[in-house]
Amino acid sequence: MILHIAGRELRSLFLSPLAWSLLAVAQFILAWSFLVQIEGFQTVQPRLAGMEGAPGLTDLVATPLFGTAAGIMLLLIPLLTIRLISEEYRSGSFALLLSSPVSMTQIVLGKYLGLLGLLGIMLLLTAAMPLSLLLGGSLDLGKLAAGLLGLTLLLSAVTAIGLFVSTLTPQPAVAAIGTYGLVLFLWLINTAAGADGKGSELFAWLSLTSHFERLASGLVRSSDLAYYLLLIATFLILAIYRLDSRRANP
Amino acid sequence: MEPLIKTENLYRYYGDRCAVEDLSFELQRGEILGLLGPNGAGKSTTLGMLAGNLAPSGGRIQLNGVDLLKHPLKAKAGLGYLPENPPLYRELSVDEYLHYCARLKALPRIQINEAVHRAKERCGLLEVARRLIGNLSKGYQQRVGIAQAIIHNPAVIILDEPTVGLDPIQIREIRELIRELRKEHGVILSTHILPEVQSICSRVLILHQGRIAYAEQLGDAKQQATESLIIRLDDPPPEEQLEALAGVNKVERLELGGFRLQVTNEARTISALAKQLATSGWGLQEFTPKRRSLEQIFMQITSGEAA
Repeated sequence: MILHIAGRELRSLFLSPLAWSLLAVAQFILAWSFLVQIEGFQTVQPRLAGMEGAPGLTDLVATPLFGTAAGIMLLLIPLLTIRLISEEYRSGSFALLLSSPVSMTQIVLGKYLGLLGLLGIMLLLTAAMPLSLLLGGSLDLGKLAAGLLGLTLLLSAVTAIGLFVSTLTPQPAVAAIGTYGLVLFLWLINTAAGADGKGSELFAWLSLTSHFERLASGLVRSSDLAYYLLLIATFLILAIYRLDSRRANP
Repeated sequence: MEPLIKTENLYRYYGDRCAVEDLSFELQRGEILGLLGPNGAGKSTTLGMLAGNLAPSGGRIQLNGVDLLKHPLKAKAGLGYLPENPPLYRELSVDEYLHYCARLKALPRIQINEAVHRAKERCGLLEVARRLIGNLSKGYQQRVGIAQAIIHNPAVIILDEPTVGLDPIQIREIRELIRELRKEHGVILSTHILPEVQSICSRVLILHQGRIAYAEQLGDAKQQATESLIIRLDDPPPEEQLEALAGVNKVERLELGGFRLQVTNEARTISALAKQLATSGWGLQEFTPKRRSLEQIFMQITSGEAA
């Protein structure tokens, strides 16, 4: 049942121009930044060759590319998540799900997985660019995998946040603003940590950035994985509760 | 037999405002129950609660013997619901949409194609099956909404204003469909079109300010009281003479030799009156018993209580 809902969600995304235009725009910008990184790498390559323990192709091309991808997708995901539930509230199609023999958990997970399907496609397209370098060079595949894992977790977490905010309001624009607000706040919260030492650890731990940066640099720590999984689970559970309580207080 | 819908003391509040108050009724298999009421009487709220879209503030709902609040998934499996706005995905084609609905309603995979075909046939959607729902006219969208509600052959069908936005031919087709559905299912529908209730419903509930103000079996002439007679005479006598007839309480003169007689409500007085009038030599042209119409009842209830 979850997969039927997810399948319908993904299908609807690709039946509207939305998914295609987002994929096209993201791919264009990422390809541009990828080529710029390659160009940069080629100019510094002769000097790097002489250095001991110099950063390689992965550090100079793949890691910055993933950083750019994270930034772009953080901007795009709220546009996708708002349609998950907000728009269904507004068009009235949510009544179909509510009167069908499916639980709120199935609805939330179905919609979540449907959107992750689209993000998976985006990630594959992003990953294909550094992987194409294998044709002529060598990459640190472990580091690449860690970066990709970090990007996947980051986007999954942002999607979960967006899904939750989308359950709060039948107004897609409000849901978008809410999601941007929450995500940017979590993105920037660690800047407060830099100012004074006290209490900064909590802020640093809460921040989306610090965990992603460690993963992107190739450091896979179970505490970082746990952070993302906790974040995802929290917001999905909140979304389920919100849908349940909405029947009592729309 | 177990009733298909059974509600007990249903309440629903929006904030402080009570939209539905102490509502208890039953729906049997083979019945079409019409919910009537002015705007804001609580019709849609009631149907929304029956369909599991709104949580009641208090009370119990049983669908086909299953408690909707305790076992929602099991109860919803036998439920078809068409809300006020049909719950459509505009970017899907009719076929895709109905296949998705069939899956959502947990139909076994092998039955899906047949169920989709039958629903399209019943709702007259065969020729638009491949078109996008968003491009269909309002009437067709409404039919897709009805198809969605009956696709899994549910025991209970809940239709919120099913004929709104349809042209007269479509309305007739949909009414025909609803009458046909009655054979195997129980149907509850809301409307504010009085003739619609009279033409298809077997029972009517009039809601007013969230309460049941009136309940009646329809289509049973004996139960409906004759309240007045319209007669027309070629050679009318003075009104006093008419008033003197047995069983006549009040006489009102209409144009062209017509009279409206308020009569005592008994079958014998009517036949006795007919005999007297026919043999009186006043030249009886017309003799029409008038029953209290649903419209009069409706107006009486909704205006009477508000005043």
